Amino acid sequence: MMQVLTSGAMNLVQDRGRTGYLHLGVCRGGAMDALSLDYANALVGNEADAAGIEIAMFPFKLRFDRDAVFACTGGDARIELDGSLVAPWWSRSARAGQTLVVQRPARGMRVVLGVSGGVDVPLLLGARGTDLKAGYGGFEGRGLKRLDTLALHPHHGLALPGAGLGCVPRQVPELLRQLAEGCVTVRVLPAAEFEEFTAESVQRLFGAPWTVTADANRQGYRLQGDAPLQMTARRELLSHGIVPGVVQVPPAGQPIIQLAEANTCGGYPKIATVIEADLWRLGQVPSGCALRFERVDVAAAIAALREQDDDLRALRANLPLVAKRLQ
Amino acid sequence: MNAVIDKQEPAGAGLRKPRAHLAGAGGVYLDCGNADIDMSIQERIWAMARALREDARLEGIREVVPGVNNLLVLFDPLRLDPGAAREHVLRLWEDIAPGRTESRQVDIPVVYGGEPGIDLKDLAENAGLRIQDYVELHSSATYQVVCLGSTPGFAYMSGLPQRLHAPRRSSPRLRVPGGSVMIGGVQAGVIPGDAPSGWHILGRTALDIFDPRRDPPCLLMPGDTVRFVPQKVLA
Repeated sequence: MMQVLTSGAMNLVQDRGRTGYLHLGVCRGGAMDALSLDYANALVGNEADAAGIEIAMFPFKLRFDRDAVFACTGGDARIELDGSLVAPWWSRSARAGQTLVVQRPARGMRVVLGVSGGVDVPLLLGARGTDLKAGYGGFEGRGLKRLDTLALHPHHGLALPGAGLGCVPRQVPELLRQLAEGCVTVRVLPAAEFEEFTAESVQRLFGAPWTVTADANRQGYRLQGDAPLQMTARRELLSHGIVPGVVQVPPAGQPIIQLAEANTCGGYPKIATVIEADLWRLGQVPSGCALRFERVDVAAAIAALREQDDDLRALRANLPLVAKRLQ
Repeated sequence: MNAVIDKQEPAGAGLRKPRAHLAGAGGVYLDCGNADIDMSIQERIWAMARALREDARLEGIREVVPGVNNLLVLFDPLRLDPGAAREHVLRLWEDIAPGRTESRQVDIPVVYGGEPGIDLKDLAENAGLRIQDYVELHSSATYQVVCLGSTPGFAYMSGLPQRLHAPRRSSPRLRVPGGSVMIGGVQAGVIPGDAPSGWHILGRTALDIFDPRRDPPCLLMPGDTVRFVPQKVLA
């Protein structure tokens, strides 16, 4: 068990989200920064589908009521266990009674807390994540509040060496540097109506940076640029399924990136799609930050995903061996 | 209760060639749409969705999402080559026989007008109808669920009588109560849970349209025929 001592309404039990229900209008949801969730789970010895806590409001405090292994990933937050510093991307043992405090990251929007066993909330439509918009899943379908008590699945966690163990994904230092500079690059593929935009609009999409407006949440980010994106001819589209990461262009011409909790159907023209391997980056981009779109081809999109997949697989295979050797 | 639509027609007859686009590296989006909803296209889309779900040879498929005269297929691009997926979807469009779409008839009891149907009076006025006649027209039509989407369990329905077509509100309401019976443009629908919407509200039903703990969670499925049954008309 863990007891929440300080929280905010945007701190959510999250997992990899729901697959196979999009045709019922049920969005994928899940962690906004899925790479961080994957590493948090791997670092504590959990299965990939275990639920952790996505922390977007700070400080977040909780007390462990049983011994557990935990890891905080994502933004470069100051993390303390009973007052002593713990590095991000690092798994540590906590004893029953110890208090964890996660402060606002200097760079990045979200921290993911993984705990051995994973948060035990009911499986709903194949997942444990909170769908905040629909009000179900996770912990009572809502954000965590002070005095909420979270159950954990039984698990012994990794047998850690005393100082713990860590691993930072190779992509993270670059993202933190971009966040510090205030401009994050994400790679995109052209989407269905790409060809119907004017040549100048396509140039603008990839040329100038786009600012993430204050209208940015788990459903999506509205962007603002110097000039609107325009189609060669207006066209009304019938409602169609959309994927997280799709960049839509409403008639006013300022794009929207649809994300984890987006409506499952849309009607606006689609100019591009952020590649799956870069979606986690968007989960760390705050309002006011600039975004730059870099065009890639399908082979590059797949190669990036494969690299992430291979890295995670290697981490999962090697962690128990490394932990054993260091003990 | 269990009617079945059974239409056989030659594959691809008289239909315009659809376009298949990639939706990220792990998605294919087949757009068969013209300006208006074509139910013969929709029956092919439904049949394709069934075929894609049942075909165990297609490794890595994650989602099959029929839209209005279009289809989105999502898959793991590390297991299924996107080019091959695109080819497969296009070939399936050519080869598929529309076949049988299961169709239940669902009656939706509605309290029209008053506070639960806040737009009814204005809609009737704009259509040049008395409220009673508007309700009569809306409730005597037979609707068909085209697809689900947007929010959990929301059914896009065709079959709204032309006289009742009305452009969406210029700005959406930030919160429409769950169970609201609505129209938007040429479509009809019932909003399952509280959500923002730009559609007009005619009334409310007490039926539970979506319950994630129920199996199946959705009251309405694509192909179902729907009738709205007036319970009361409030002033």
